[in-house]
Amino acid sequence: MSYFIRGHESKWEVVLGLEVHAQINSLSKLFSPSSTGYGAEPNSQVNLIDAGMPGALPVINQECVKQAVITGLGLNAKINLKSIFDRKNYFYPDLPQGYQISQFENPIVGSGHLIIEAEEGTKKIGITRLHLEQDAGKSIHDQDFENSFIDLNRSGCALMEIVSEPDLRSPSEVSLYIKKLRSILRYLGSCDGNMEKGNLRVDVNVSVRRFDAELGTRCEIKNINSIKFIQQAIEYEARRQVKLIESGKIVEQQTRLFDSQKGETRAMRSKEESHDYRYFPDPDLPPLILEKKMIEDLKLQLPELPDKKKIRFIETYGIKKYDAEILVSEKEVAEYFEKLVSDRDPKMVVTWLTGELFSYLNKKNLDNPQSAISVEKFGELLDLINDGTLSNRLAKELFVEFIESNMSASELVKKKGMVQISDENEIINMIETVLDQNQKMLEEYRSGKEKLFGFFVGQIMKISNGKANPQMVNTLLTKRLKK
Amino acid sequence: MSNLSDLTISQAKELLLNRSISSVELTKFFFDKISNFKNLNCFITETFDQALKMSKISDEKYKLKKDIGLMEGIPIGMKDLFCTNQIKTTAGSKILKNFIPFYESTVSKNLWEEGAVLLGKTNLDEFAMGSANTTSFFGNVVNPWKSKNDIDKKLVPGGSSGGSASAVAADLCLAATGSDTGGSIRQPASFCGLVGMKPTYGRCSRFGMIAFASSLDQAGPITKDVLDSSIMLKSMCSYDKKDSTSSKMEIPDFPKIVKLGVKGIRVGIPDEYIVDGLNSNVNDNWQKGIEWLKSEGAEIIEINLPHTQSALPTYYILAPAEASANLARYDGIRFGLREIGKDLDEVYKNTRASGFGNEVKRRIMIGTYVLSAGYYDAYYLKALKVRKLISDDFSKAFEKCDCILTPTTPGVAFGIGEKQDDPLEMYLNDVLTVPASLAGLPAISVPSGLNDEGLPIGLQIVARPFDEETCFKAAFVIEQLSNFNKLKN
Repeated sequence: MSYFIRGHESKWEVVLGLEVHAQINSLSKLFSPSSTGYGAEPNSQVNLIDAGMPGALPVINQECVKQAVITGLGLNAKINLKSIFDRKNYFYPDLPQGYQISQFENPIVGSGHLIIEAEEGTKKIGITRLHLEQDAGKSIHDQDFENSFIDLNRSGCALMEIVSEPDLRSPSEVSLYIKKLRSILRYLGSCDGNMEKGNLRVDVNVSVRRFDAELGTRCEIKNINSIKFIQQAIEYEARRQVKLIESGKIVEQQTRLFDSQKGETRAMRSKEESHDYRYFPDPDLPPLILEKKMIEDLKLQLPELPDKKKIRFIETYGIKKYDAEILVSEKEVAEYFEKLVSDRDPKMVVTWLTGELFSYLNKKNLDNPQSAISVEKFGELLDLINDGTLSNRLAKELFVEFIESNMSASELVKKKGMVQISDENEIINMIETVLDQNQKMLEEYRSGKEKLFGFFVGQIMKISNGKANPQMVNTLLTKRLKK
Repeated sequence: MSNLSDLTISQAKELLLNRSISSVELTKFFFDKISNFKNLNCFITETFDQALKMSKISDEKYKLKKDIGLMEGIPIGMKDLFCTNQIKTTAGSKILKNFIPFYESTVSKNLWEEGAVLLGKTNLDEFAMGSANTTSFFGNVVNPWKSKNDIDKKLVPGGSSGGSASAVAADLCLAATGSDTGGSIRQPASFCGLVGMKPTYGRCSRFGMIAFASSLDQAGPITKDVLDSSIMLKSMCSYDKKDSTSSKMEIPDFPKIVKLGVKGIRVGIPDEYIVDGLNSNVNDNWQKGIEWLKSEGAEIIEINLPHTQSALPTYYILAPAEASANLARYDGIRFGLREIGKDLDEVYKNTRASGFGNEVKRRIMIGTYVLSAGYYDAYYLKALKVRKLISDDFSKAFEKCDCILTPTTPGVAFGIGEKQDDPLEMYLNDVLTVPASLAGLPAISVPSGLNDEGLPIGLQIVARPFDEETCFKAAFVIEQLSNFNKLKN
């Protein structure tokens, strides 16, 4: 019970479950051949089916089915050999058919789980189900005073709705869950996980209870588009519910919206106002039957997922669990790491990758290290540090300039005259010069002020313009002072 | 050509092949007929310019004796439920009264590829919901048949493919397409003395056919005789990857087998089809039908279809349920009629209140009700289970017999305006056709005699899934032995 809401009377546990809508990475839509590309002219990627024209009929896109199965397998879930598409009926201008084709009682994927590394340790979060459904179009209200506009490009795109069990207990666990789910989806390639583009959308079910009490009434917060906002929304909503209960009121089952400007949730509709969706099997679509063989084949093709990769990294490269966790969370980072580490010191590679390169990527808002610097270019830099040509300190100073230049590490070092001075005689000359110029200090040192060692090193580095090999300076200076 | 009116497709094709007549001449002949019989209100849209273009192309093919299709140069009517590219398609509804599709239904496309010529889009009950063609926004259709007892009384052509049936019966075209959800091909064919074939569910693609009840809707031909029916069905059906319920079963060469006879075929007679209100003339005709088939060597077997009486209520839960969702897309947002309103809800309400007729609204309400929370299990789910029982009845029966002979309808064509006040009485028209629809089976209605008033009676032959051939064979025997063509004149 690391996380709780402190009320007037007691501590309250927050119980959270997630419904994640992940847009499937496919060229065409769930039931139509229209393109799913992002950012096209409004209504340029729409065909009869997406526009709900009379006589249009849906035809399942097998690629989307495959992606759903792969995702199910990646979530350690049961794949249902027979699933059924249902119509979910409601009127809305961006829902052209007047119903959404979804899966209700018989989803394509049943129960599974994923693992998060929570504060208290490893935690298994249950996945209730994953089902396939059509996305709706987009209503646009800010283009005109009197009219709204509809863009149907998104209408009919394939979504996987991934529903978790109410196993999450804090905003940070929710954040970990989403990040883990997103990571798995990206590894599998079934969804790009981009929340800004709306390709990953999260609804959160929030309820509170006194510890070990029965589950409380939940409210669903819809469509929050960043992890930060999700955490804020949960905090706010949980406090709101605690306040209500402690003041003797009850929590009404509601759908609520998060206002990110005000940082609060507000009621959208109550349970009584909620739609009767009148689900029934879509007669245009026969049951979706999967071959066992297909599932077995997909299982064999499944890539190594983050959990397994993490264990392998720890075992193979002897790196820390914490570092491994960071390295595997993004597929591209993990791949980059493995290429980079191949014949180099893992510790050094991890330090440089998660230190300098990550801070650069963060600054530039990049995800993929490869997009900033090639493995070869980065590797050469590390090798120059390793063989003593370049000091760690210099390399750090030059790092950003290096990444952004077209030069290789050796070219840069040459151009900048940055080659480390590792010539013994040259360093001895420098030491003599410094000692000559600082006779008084030398006397003090000899009379016992050994701390002055650092002063001499600094002076030597200074006259070498920082190019002297620090280790050699240390060794040679120690030797000289012992005389 | 003294009387082009009496031509069938097969006869017309012969004339076209030996070039005694051109498709353009034939087509123009029907222009005049259509213009002279506007009082029957068979067509919603006439497409004479289109027809001329198409018939000229056909004539060219006959001239070159190249690429001659099964329906080459044959002028037909197209039920206005099939979307036709750049040609207005209304489904008989105000809500689509100006709707011009930019795509072609697979069934119509198949027909054009076989050379058929489009004379126009035929009238129908609104969204194919009706049994008398009285629910069309474009007015009711009149049956060209008259009762001997009351020459002035206008009779219904049946529905929903009433415009198609009436047009073929009045010789305004050589044949027409229909669609059948619970009897909408077979019942009007029966009322108009024509052959109406509803093939197995999945034989004809539903792509581009405006949906009423997706699990039941099936296209089929309405023709003057059985041979024509086989030719036209062959032209209409195909596997279509654009319809997930379309069948990949091989399509037989139907015209080849029509005349093969019924020797050794076991014909089931279900006791349960002697329903309340079964007209005695119809019942007598049914008995004759049994004798005709027997005389040609068929074996007559008594069978049981115990859930027959549940078929109609089952149908009137499932079909409206599907319709309530299928018709949700007519919301005034993207196409079709839009009535203004002060907010979104009002736009919806005003558009749908103004755009749909009463029968359609009734069925949307029934459908919405039976799918609602708290009622779903009692109505929709139960109906699904009963549908399975009805299907099983047929499967069991087909262990004993190869086809089933029944009347198509309990009665004959009735007067326009009759049965309008009581929807239940109207629904009873479909009591004998609905079971085969629920089971997805092929069923044909063939004219088999006239009643005391001189009005046509039809018999229905139902067969196993994808065995349209047996339907055709048995229907052909009845057509021959009933001598209907002579009776007609």
